[in-house]
Amino acid sequence: MTVKIKEWPGTALSSRDIEEGRVLTVRHKLRAEYEWDAGVAIGRYLRELKNGRLIARRCGGCERTLLPPRMFCEECFTPTSEWVYVGATGTVNTFSICYVRWDVVRLKEPLLPAVITVDGASPGMGILHLLGEVRPDDIRVGMRVQAVWKSPDEREGAITDIKYWKPIQGG
Amino acid sequence: MAKVAVVGAGMTKFVRRAQETGPELSWQAAKMALDSAGLTLKDVDAVVIGSAPDAFDGVHMKGEYLAEGAGAWRKPCIRGFVGGGTGVFSPIQGWYHVASGQFDTVLVVCEEKMSSCHPHPQGAFITIFDHITERPLGPNLLWIFALEMNRYMTVHGITKEEIALVAVKNKKNALDHPCSQLGAELTVQDILDSEVLAWPVNRLDVSPASDGAAAIVMCAEHVAKRVSDKPVWVEGVGWHLDTAYWTNRDLYYPRYVEYAARMAYEMAGIKEPRKEIHIVEPYDPFDYKELHHLEGLLLCDRGQAARLTADGVTQRDGDLPVCPSGGLLGVGNPIAAAGLMKVCELFWQLRGEAGKRQVPGTPRRGLAQAWGDLMQVGTVVILGR
Ligand SMILES: [Zn+2]
Repeated sequence: MTVKIKEWPGTALSSRDIEEGRVLTVRHKLRAEYEWDAGVAIGRYLRELKNGRLIARRCGGCERTLLPPRMFCEECFTPTSEWVYVGATGTVNTFSICYVRWDVVRLKEPLLPAVITVDGASPGMGILHLLGEVRPDDIRVGMRVQAVWKSPDEREGAITDIKYWKPIQGG
Repeated sequence: MAKVAVVGAGMTKFVRRAQETGPELSWQAAKMALDSAGLTLKDVDAVVIGSAPDAFDGVHMKGEYLAEGAGAWRKPCIRGFVGGGTGVFSPIQGWYHVASGQFDTVLVVCEEKMSSCHPHPQGAFITIFDHITERPLGPNLLWIFALEMNRYMTVHGITKEEIALVAVKNKKNALDHPCSQLGAELTVQDILDSEVLAWPVNRLDVSPASDGAAAIVMCAEHVAKRVSDKPVWVEGVGWHLDTAYWTNRDLYYPRYVEYAARMAYEMAGIKEPRKEIHIVEPYDPFDYKELHHLEGLLLCDRGQAARLTADGVTQRDGDLPVCPSGGLLGVGNPIAAAGLMKVCELFWQLRGEAGKRQVPGTPRRGLAQAWGDLMQVGTVVILGR
């Protein structure tokens, strides 16, 4: 029946239609604020970040070391059993060189997001973070990196207490 | 389970910004679908509405908002939502409404109006990232695609040139789609020369933000035989969810798409999908996703989808036509509506009604797939005649 349809519905507007008032619109700015409880597992994770350490949870069932930590294993569906500190070193699993902000405004200096698999966590257990002190062209998947922390008095118990991850010299 | 047919389909043009409201777009698509089946709203027993995040519209309870245009008032109605997977999940919901025997005729309507969100609809996606461990890092939606694309390219040694061929193909196919937003004749070099958004993603690797709606009518066998001389049958459905700890998975391969596909193949009795699927509409919001999804759908070996594309196998006149509609990259990406557009395309292709887009050789069976949330949802529908 598509072959029989002559006129398909839907009317495209141009930005001039709006600017010149040919169609009417209403604007509203939504204002909403939230305060999220970090919870049991992530609460401890954030407290340890403030101390300059990364912590994971170990599952006695599947023997995975889970990062970010959780109080229950989603695979075994049983409580996880113990806290374990993991290293502040790891490997770049994948990365991007991002030239736009969330509102698609262009950035002069690119952001360097990466998935970093952390030493001491189970294989493939990565976290999202940023790279720094590296030229974008020099970044490689498989590159060894280490966390660069804010100074103790600047830390507030947040994922941003790690400023970024930088290449390990000779790594 | 009772047999379920698709007997009508309709859609609006996909555009960057539509004058029509969400309910108006929904009505246009729904009315066209009903008209094409020779049915009226009185014939409809229940309605399924598909629409992605409320945040695009800034309207809470978007299902209820769209319901008047979807013909749902004073009827059993459900709104499904699995992110970008919604457009192919909604016909799955339509299928189980009818397959259960509870309803004879179900109207499935998917709508998205992304243009309402300012300054850019991408802003509505920020809240998909974990609010404690990820959002403070200042992420945007492009990150997850760029990270996944880089991982996929690195593991298989695939180049940006090979991936850009998908954008070239789909935008060209879309020139033949009367509703398309971005049909164009482009070269690989055009894609590579477009501005870098988040390397390895350039602007022309990405589908646009769009407004639009699509709809289908699904019914039981006894209704289908009465109202249609060319019903198209639902032969298989599958859906699957992987972990939201997306940095704990290897992004190079979409496991959840494979599991959804296996469920649908088993239901359809398909043992060799590469021989038994004649036309594919995989989800292509980014060009590499088409390749990624073809592999997850087991339609080629891991890492081989770029080869198929380069060899012309996935062209409309190739052995396995992929996105003959023009896909999201060419027709446009009003999220839920884009997924259902793919099911509409199969309906028209299998009935030989796709006009200039018609795949040669009277395809007998087609597969549509969508994907969404934090790269963790797979939804698959197989239609046959
Ligand atoms: Zn476990």
